[in-house]
Amino acid sequence: MTENQAWQPLERDALAARVAQDIPEGWSVNLGIGIPTLVGNYVPPEREVIFHSENGILGMGPAPAPNELNRWLINASSQYVTLHPGGSFMSHSDSFALVRGGHLDLCVLGAFQVAENGDLANWARSEDDNAPAIGGAMDLAAGARRIWVVMEHNTRSGEPRLLRRCSYPLTATGCVVRVYTELAVMDVTPQGFRVIDMVPGLSLEALQARTEAPLHPA
Amino acid sequence: MIDKFVRSVAEALADIKDGSTVLIAGFAQVGEPRALVDGLIEQGARELTVVHNTAGRGHEGVARLIGEGRVRKIVCSFARSRGSVLFEAVYARGEIELEILPQGTMAERIRAAAAGIPAFYTATGAGTKLAEGKEARVFNGREHILEQAIYGDVALVEAWRADRWGNLVYRDAGRNFNPVMASAAALTIAQTQHIAELGELSPELIATPGIYVDRIVHVAAGDPPLKPQ
Repeated sequence: MTENQAWQPLERDALAARVAQDIPEGWSVNLGIGIPTLVGNYVPPEREVIFHSENGILGMGPAPAPNELNRWLINASSQYVTLHPGGSFMSHSDSFALVRGGHLDLCVLGAFQVAENGDLANWARSEDDNAPAIGGAMDLAAGARRIWVVMEHNTRSGEPRLLRRCSYPLTATGCVVRVYTELAVMDVTPQGFRVIDMVPGLSLEALQARTEAPLHPA
Repeated sequence: MIDKFVRSVAEALADIKDGSTVLIAGFAQVGEPRALVDGLIEQGARELTVVHNTAGRGHEGVARLIGEGRVRKIVCSFARSRGSVLFEAVYARGEIELEILPQGTMAERIRAAAAGIPAFYTATGAGTKLAEGKEARVFNGREHILEQAIYGDVALVEAWRADRWGNLVYRDAGRNFNPVMASAAALTIAQTQHIAELGELSPELIATPGIYVDRIVHVAAGDPPLKPQ
């Protein structure tokens, strides 16, 4: 972008903090790999949010101090974590029953593409990719009560990611209710994307120019 | 007297046949029955169907089993990853069949086998390319797809503590796929870090009741290795 911008996109951590701001006390939340993982760092400790990890942890705490690392306690991204007081361990089947049975209030996922009907594509970049990694994304996308996506508004080459319809293989249909990017926050509504927040100085027109799907004002 | 302890890994694995479906527990390096997987490599069974969360990483464990051409089919949720070099090579040569599954569908298909449920409907995967060829049905206005149980001929698991009846206790996130896989195979073999006297394990903490476990071997493997960088 060479134009003279009056606005600044959010950095990764600021974007994670923006998502964290909207998570209320009492919710049980699963955070996906990438920027979603950072969201946990910005929920203030006095606000009790229960974090779930697919490998059988409910009540997951932050990364340990280096001298307190427990090699038996990793999250679904294979990062070392801690257990919050009140936390529990369960088997994979119980952990995913919890996901698939609709018991999580929220899952925050990264994505390649989101469509205005809430379709999510975040596991394969082509129909021909025959050996990719799904992990728990399809279970979370289909099972959590709400799916929020946090991703960059455009690809590195400037292609839009907020589309009328996804071109990549779907993770789940109609599951995304909100998208956070470095430029804006958009709700998925029956009419399509509704912009509920933008970085200061950004106009709806400038945002639309970077978005394939039509955007609606709040 | 019931005593499911055997003296060695080799004895525990002696009668695993070619063509077996083997459920291998563990998530990343935690709760993985590494000594049993190494023993299976030594034991020599071929044409295996392996059910494991990944297609292996690095050059050890499940990755080595695949790299040595012993696995006819891998069922997993993560096939391609940064460390899946041996799988990639075998897959590129067309020498292994891959079934990729959502992780929760995989866990539930194993659980269904344990509970005598031959198939079930789930919303996970509905409307995606993983639904191709699967029966679809609408319940409560939402599309679901039919998934079939995964029965193991053999399950390999790692416990933190075990008693001679086969009651198992796990440590921290080392539980993961261990209880569900232990309960879904005709022959379940556990390696355990520690031996407990009968009655010593709290009945309230036993995550796998001994009914599911056939053989136990004591392997003081120690803490899992540090995450490979």
